[in-house]
Amino acid sequence: MALFDQTATEHLKGLESGALKSVELTQTYLDRIRAVDNRVGAFLSVDADGALKRAEEIDERRAKKQRVGRLAGLPLAVKDILCERGKVTTCASRMLQQFRPPYDATVIAKLREADAVFVGRTNMDEFAMGGSTENSAFQVTRNPWDLERSPGGSSGGSAAAVAAGMAPLAIGTDTGGSIRQPAGLCGVVGMKPTYGRVSRFGLIAFASSLDQIGPFGQSVEDAALLLETIAGHDPRDTTSLDVPVPAYSQSVNKPLANLRIGWVREHFGGGLDKEVESAVRAAFEVYKSLGATLHEISLPHSKYAVATYYVIAPSEASSNLARYDGVHFGYRTDEKEMLAELAADRRRLETAGDKAGLEHLDSALVRMYRRTRAEGFGPEVKRRIMLGTYALSAGYYDAYYLKALKLRRLIRKDFDDAFGKVDLIAGPITPAPAFKIGEMSGDPLAMYLVDIYTVSANLAGIPGLCLPCGRSQAGLPIGLQLQAPALEEERLFCGARMFEQATDWDKGRAKL
Amino acid sequence: MSDYTTIVGLEVHVQLATASKLFCGCSTKFGAEPNTQTCPVCIGLPGTLPVMNRNAFQLALKTAVALNCEIPAYTKWDRKQYYYPDLPKNYQISQYDLPMSQHGYLDIGDPKGAFEPKRVRILRAHLEEDAGKSLHDEVAGKGDSLIDLNRTGTPLLEIVSEPDMRSPLEAKAFLTELKLLLTYIGVSDCNMQEGSLRVDANVNLHIDTAEGKVATPIIEIKNMNSFRAVERALEYEVGRQWCEWQETHRKLGDAPKQTRGWDDVAGVTRGQRSKEESSDYRYFPDPDLAPVTVGPQDAAAIRESLGELPAALRGRLESDFGLSAYDADVLVNQGSPVVTYFLDVAKFTGDPKAAANWVTQDVLRTLKESEHTIESLPVASSALAELIRKVKAGEVPSSRAREVFQTMVEKRVDVAAAMQSLGIAAVDEGELIALCQKLLAANPKTISDVRAGKLQAVGALIGQAKKQNPNVDPTRFRELCLELIEKAP
Ligand SMILES: [Zn+2]
Repeated sequence: MALFDQTATEHLKGLESGALKSVELTQTYLDRIRAVDNRVGAFLSVDADGALKRAEEIDERRAKKQRVGRLAGLPLAVKDILCERGKVTTCASRMLQQFRPPYDATVIAKLREADAVFVGRTNMDEFAMGGSTENSAFQVTRNPWDLERSPGGSSGGSAAAVAAGMAPLAIGTDTGGSIRQPAGLCGVVGMKPTYGRVSRFGLIAFASSLDQIGPFGQSVEDAALLLETIAGHDPRDTTSLDVPVPAYSQSVNKPLANLRIGWVREHFGGGLDKEVESAVRAAFEVYKSLGATLHEISLPHSKYAVATYYVIAPSEASSNLARYDGVHFGYRTDEKEMLAELAADRRRLETAGDKAGLEHLDSALVRMYRRTRAEGFGPEVKRRIMLGTYALSAGYYDAYYLKALKLRRLIRKDFDDAFGKVDLIAGPITPAPAFKIGEMSGDPLAMYLVDIYTVSANLAGIPGLCLPCGRSQAGLPIGLQLQAPALEEERLFCGARMFEQATDWDKGRAKL
Repeated sequence: MSDYTTIVGLEVHVQLATASKLFCGCSTKFGAEPNTQTCPVCIGLPGTLPVMNRNAFQLALKTAVALNCEIPAYTKWDRKQYYYPDLPKNYQISQYDLPMSQHGYLDIGDPKGAFEPKRVRILRAHLEEDAGKSLHDEVAGKGDSLIDLNRTGTPLLEIVSEPDMRSPLEAKAFLTELKLLLTYIGVSDCNMQEGSLRVDANVNLHIDTAEGKVATPIIEIKNMNSFRAVERALEYEVGRQWCEWQETHRKLGDAPKQTRGWDDVAGVTRGQRSKEESSDYRYFPDPDLAPVTVGPQDAAAIRESLGELPAALRGRLESDFGLSAYDADVLVNQGSPVVTYFLDVAKFTGDPKAAANWVTQDVLRTLKESEHTIESLPVASSALAELIRKVKAGEVPSSRAREVFQTMVEKRVDVAAAMQSLGIAAVDEGELIALCQKLLAANPKTISDVRAGKLQAVGALIGQAKKQNPNVDPTRFRELCLELIEKAP
């Protein structure tokens, strides 16, 4: 097994015993990036010099027996949506192509303090809007298992980086499934924590009430280790929860006794791929063999989850993205061209004697706004801004936004009721394995329906995890989703780890 | 000619006197170099999040309680969305359907009786963040605009009255009383020049016609930089609307609500270019901020901490100190330090009437004519009390008391030193009798005049006495003269 195929937990043992140096490890991953990323396209930027310098410095400290952080020397990839002081943070958008935040996201600061080695920033759907990473303004990311296929999204870059052995750990964000879905399609472990478990400060907002930052790894242990490092209350994010963070990496190997697993009746209706269904049902059998009991449950409002999500998320996005207007920072349209265009419009209207047209002609400011946003945003972002603006408009607010909030409460209540009967909920992560690049791009609605199993966890604020549970005949990974009640990440990790230890699906690696 | 009633409602924005902004740690100090009091949060950089300033919320609660508002147990933050360059996020964090306070009132009156005392209802008071400032070059398509974001995020309390005022004078009285209240409870410096108090007025007329009452379109007036300007703008607008009514007979609802700006130099309001009438702000709850809960104990604790408010104080000055409504009003309107000064003088002398006379006249005149505030006045309340006591004891002639006070102010000395520097010494009773006898002997006609009933003849002798000894107390001298004439054979 190549060094880059091992898990972060294994690397850490080597680093701590002195058998492995961070410089060597970091170089291995940088070499791997150089070897395969021209085909995968997971990274938007790679900081080889910075990473090696940092690795060297950590090795030195470790050699001198000085204090080092929790992840000391482990290479890590970060989704290009977390602000890092002085580093270009693009959100895969033209709008922020040159944007260098003057501050660190809390998660970046925590990772820095833990002595992780940042190797690069990963590709994503623009502003995290999408499930295929095709909506990046800069490049398409490909699934390491089949380069014709999508890695999923929006954290497709991070998932592909881990799946292709370009980083043992990666950070993603999940608003409607953006960590769990690409983890499933790329055959790695991805986890969305409870809303409020991880500080959102410095995470460029898509939908504030749904966004959460979470880990990617090759194993459940790795994901537990990474969450443990980034979780915790942050006074700069008043939606972050002021509760203690358990030592997940310590408890992850304790199997759960008398585990009650719920399977959701509504998850096995039409539209679920047969191969996916049988892999998931096989996973249920594995749990039974481990002493767990299986229980059929119902989430009666889950059929409204996608519709609810596609009102709430775009509504918040339309507001969060209003600040990208070319005035204070980010992309601005070419002023000369803009003024020339405006002058031409004026002349045309004057010649035509169009008084009404002249009266409604944009001011320079409004034309600057229009052009900046037209040029700076891609089509999916524009689509969602329009959806959200519409849903929040006078006369539509009650019918859309308010109704969606009511449904959100009902969806949350469904989970409360379900978790009265079971400890974990298990089921598919996507209706089918990885789809072909371009397959869905002409049909936004079909793309939205891929989120059918993932969005409810965001709406309910509960944690969810995806780990590999099978392979399709075409050799594509199939993911199993586990969900737990709010703040029960520990239970989620332990339950996932039981399955992982009982099977070999985590050992598979994409051939590149 | 038909008659009409003027209907006025006011919207007041008050900057709360916090050290830092509403959702970040930046200073709120006025007058700094542009864009030096900003941070990633208040300039709305991607990824930043607001954190509520507890102190600002506390000051807002204090104001709401002082305005007799109901304080709901639960209040939340909403985003008011509109594009403007001095609003970096292109939304303002404000409060929409669940404001932190509502349904209060403020009583107003006029001590000279220009209008009947009345209760102006407060519809709501809510907290929001202020926007920045823009400097424009208005030439279309040309010129740059400059933006200063120092003010962005300053806590702002928007107080909305019901349309309960019936004249420009009542509107001015409401603002004066509101400012006094805010100053008493120390929540704002209310400096209109620096923009810490801003007023918008809504005004229309209810006209009596043969078909009953008809309302004219409501006009919102902006850009008024003083309470006097508010009064003038309303006076102008009432006249303008009356004329417009006679010309057009346009009623409420015939035209969308219009905004007019006050031009203080020209003394007129002018129609402002209506931006997207009936703008849709697409309010929705801010997902970055948790709702705020206020317990009944919190509101009660604030009520206790408020101290005596102006209305209660006026009542107490009248009932407990026997002051006239006018004097009580004058004192209370000076602010609480002057009232405290008065209360001390009244306590030290046991003579609230004299204390009120001195404070409302000499003390206030001095404050007005000098650079002094009540705190910097060289005559402490105890020193003024001493002066009053000496006057009553006859040690300082009442005719020279004012002189003594002036000297105490100018030379920063106590009563005794002021008296010495003015050569005032109490005149011995025996000395006074001797002087009286001497002057009576020299002026026999005075005696016969007085006996004939012309008491004012004594006046001439008082003049002569003061010439011989300036410390002579004219009142006492007059009494002695009359006594001696009566006793004389
Ligand atoms: Zn700030």
